Amino acid sequence: MAPTKEDVPADAPEHCPGTASDLAGKADSCAGCPNQQACATGPKGPDPSIPLINERMADVKHKILVLSGKGGVGKSTFTTNLAFALSFDDSVQVGIMDIDITGPSMPKMTGLEGETIHQSNTGWSPVYVSDNLGVMSVGFMLQNADDAVIWRGPKKNGIIKQFLKDVDWGALDYLVVDTPPGTSDEHLSAVQYLKESGITGAVLVTTPQEMSLQDVRKEISFCRKVGVPIIGVVENMAGFVCPGCHKESVIFAPNTGGARKMAEDMKIPFLGSIPLDPRIGKSCDLGESFLDIYTDSPAHKAYMDVIDKIRSYVDGRS
Amino acid sequence: MTESVDQPTHLSKVKHIVLVLSGKGGVGKSTVTTELALSLVEEGKRVGVLDIDLTGPSVPRMFGLENHQVHQASTGWVPVYTNESKSLAVMSLGFLLQNKDDAVVWRGPKKTAMIKQFLEDVAWGDIDYLLIDTPPGTSDEHIAVVENLRDYNPDGAVIVTTPQAVALADVRKELNFCHKTKIPILGVVENMSGFICPYCTECSDIFSKGGGEAMAKEFNVDFLGRVPIDPTLTALIEAEGGTFSTRFTQSGIYPIFKDITKMVMSKCGDIS
Ligand SMILES: Nc1ncnc2c1ncn2[C@@H]1O[C@H](COP(=O)(O)OP(=O)(O)O)[C@@H](O)[C@H]1O
Ligand SMILES: Nc1ncnc2c1ncn2[C@@H]1O[C@H](COP(=O)(O)OP(=O)(O)O)[C@@H](O)[C@H]1O
Ligand code: SF4
Ligand SMILES: [Mg+2]
Ligand SMILES: [Mg+2]
Repeated sequence: MAPTKEDVPADAPEHCPGTASDLAGKADSCAGCPNQQACATGPKGPDPSIPLINERMADVKHKILVLSGKGGVGKSTFTTNLAFALSFDDSVQVGIMDIDITGPSMPKMTGLEGETIHQSNTGWSPVYVSDNLGVMSVGFMLQNADDAVIWRGPKKNGIIKQFLKDVDWGALDYLVVDTPPGTSDEHLSAVQYLKESGITGAVLVTTPQEMSLQDVRKEISFCRKVGVPIIGVVENMAGFVCPGCHKESVIFAPNTGGARKMAEDMKIPFLGSIPLDPRIGKSCDLGESFLDIYTDSPAHKAYMDVIDKIRSYVDGRS
Repeated sequence: MTESVDQPTHLSKVKHIVLVLSGKGGVGKSTVTTELALSLVEEGKRVGVLDIDLTGPSVPRMFGLENHQVHQASTGWVPVYTNESKSLAVMSLGFLLQNKDDAVVWRGPKKTAMIKQFLEDVAWGDIDYLLIDTPPGTSDEHIAVVENLRDYNPDGAVIVTTPQAVALADVRKELNFCHKTKIPILGVVENMSGFICPYCTECSDIFSKGGGEAMAKEFNVDFLGRVPIDPTLTALIEAEGGTFSTRFTQSGIYPIFKDITKMVMSKCGDIS
């Protein structure tokens, strides 16, 4: 039987026989594959969790991944603001799933630090910011907020699977997924587990300088490789307006043309540019909704424009 | 398997091993690694830089060495040198990729194997310092590097943070990671601390200020210094052709790094 797309992991070599095949882990092409041991010893056949995940996800209309190759570019900040903005409409149900396992920012940024997850007979309940905005993060599961989560890949994958399989999200209009930087276990697992139920698309976040763009290009090639549609790219931390004299400084120089040119070159939509504003960082640190409080900031308009574009992408698809 | 004592490995010839760590991404680990390396060279040291950020290697670009290749010799992998005098050697997965836009989509075990190979097979020669630039977090790469360095008693870790609470929250985890894995902490650098508007010189704390120093105090570890946001820095790094390597000592933040470097050297017991 020819392997189907579902049972060839993205990190498998070209001639992978498929993880469900009898040859899994034993074929010639399996030599050197990172999954070899798991494939050779694991039970054959499709992952039994997938149907359970599909069942949960059947009630989730849109799943959006927030990605970037580089850390610290503002993925979590964007996730938070996107989710807050979507939830301004009381009739829209929003969930945030934080799969940055070793550096979860969602509890702090949504003002839910110190909260814990409750278990019920229908599964784990997310922690709620408001009636229509729920959050799930490893940060809610630590005894002490400073504890290091020293986990290797398989353990991280296990918890991501549980977040998708065991969390009782209820019916959601949007599930926004905040990710760690890079293209590794967390990303592969999220994509693999959500493949059947379908990912609406990915929003890529970057800062204007080449050092970050070079990693975003890798992220784009990842999305293409694993078949995740790209909604577009957001440029963050573009320019800083001094609150004293109102003159603008460029902090992270777009020396190779910035995100707009990169988007053009890579043929993906450019969603907009968000300036540096110290109040954005402050809102994150205090767990407040920037878009609710600082409606006069130029960053407010920039955010809302980007979010409108995401909304219309999503509406265009449903 | 442990190496037998009488068989020297590449790392056993390295005098000091320093990790550059942070729980958070984008705080300037790779920048600080580069600045430390260049400053150590100014102090007359021979330095190696190993980049174990496999999915986002920044080090080749930092040194203006993109498109360079590593060579295989009988002794192992020959790192890329930044200059003729070979005082600064660099190794990164970036040098091994066919196309620099390719995503390195690797799960943990493959990353672990690559790091082991980097630590065992790179022929650094007789260097005084090996600086190791890491990805954010406390996962496969970090566990792998700590496990593979165990026999070599690394001098410790320089922890990089920015001042915001969101960044500090992750860096506190990194400090606990060091305690758990018994990696000594050489000190904390607070990067991107304050910004001076070039037009009106009003210091505007884009990312706030002071958080790193307060955290160092709370955890009872040394504070190595505060580096402001310098808009000319990205321009310098991003200019083609490795200008950062040659012009760093003329930049406004070099004096700060000179002090940080001296503190790191003395913490490594390397003061003449
Ligand atoms: N436009 C902005 N202006 C000012 N600070 C910002 C902006 N975007 C993000 N930040 C701050 O920068 C830091 C890094 O952002 P974060 O969202 O944590 O990045 P990531 O999730 O990509 O690692 C946070 O402290 C955040 O509050
Ligand atoms: N003090 C600083 N002033 C201005 N820009 C900086 C400073 N430190 C770092 N940067 C820039 O910030 C970005 C992130 O730094 P980097 O060293 O790549 O972080 P990390 O390795 O922690 O992900 C880079 O583009 C770098 O040029
Ligand atoms: S080990 Fe598993 S994933 Fe890797 S090639 Fe073989 S069957 Fe495919
Ligand atoms: Mg984040
Ligand atoms: Mg880096």
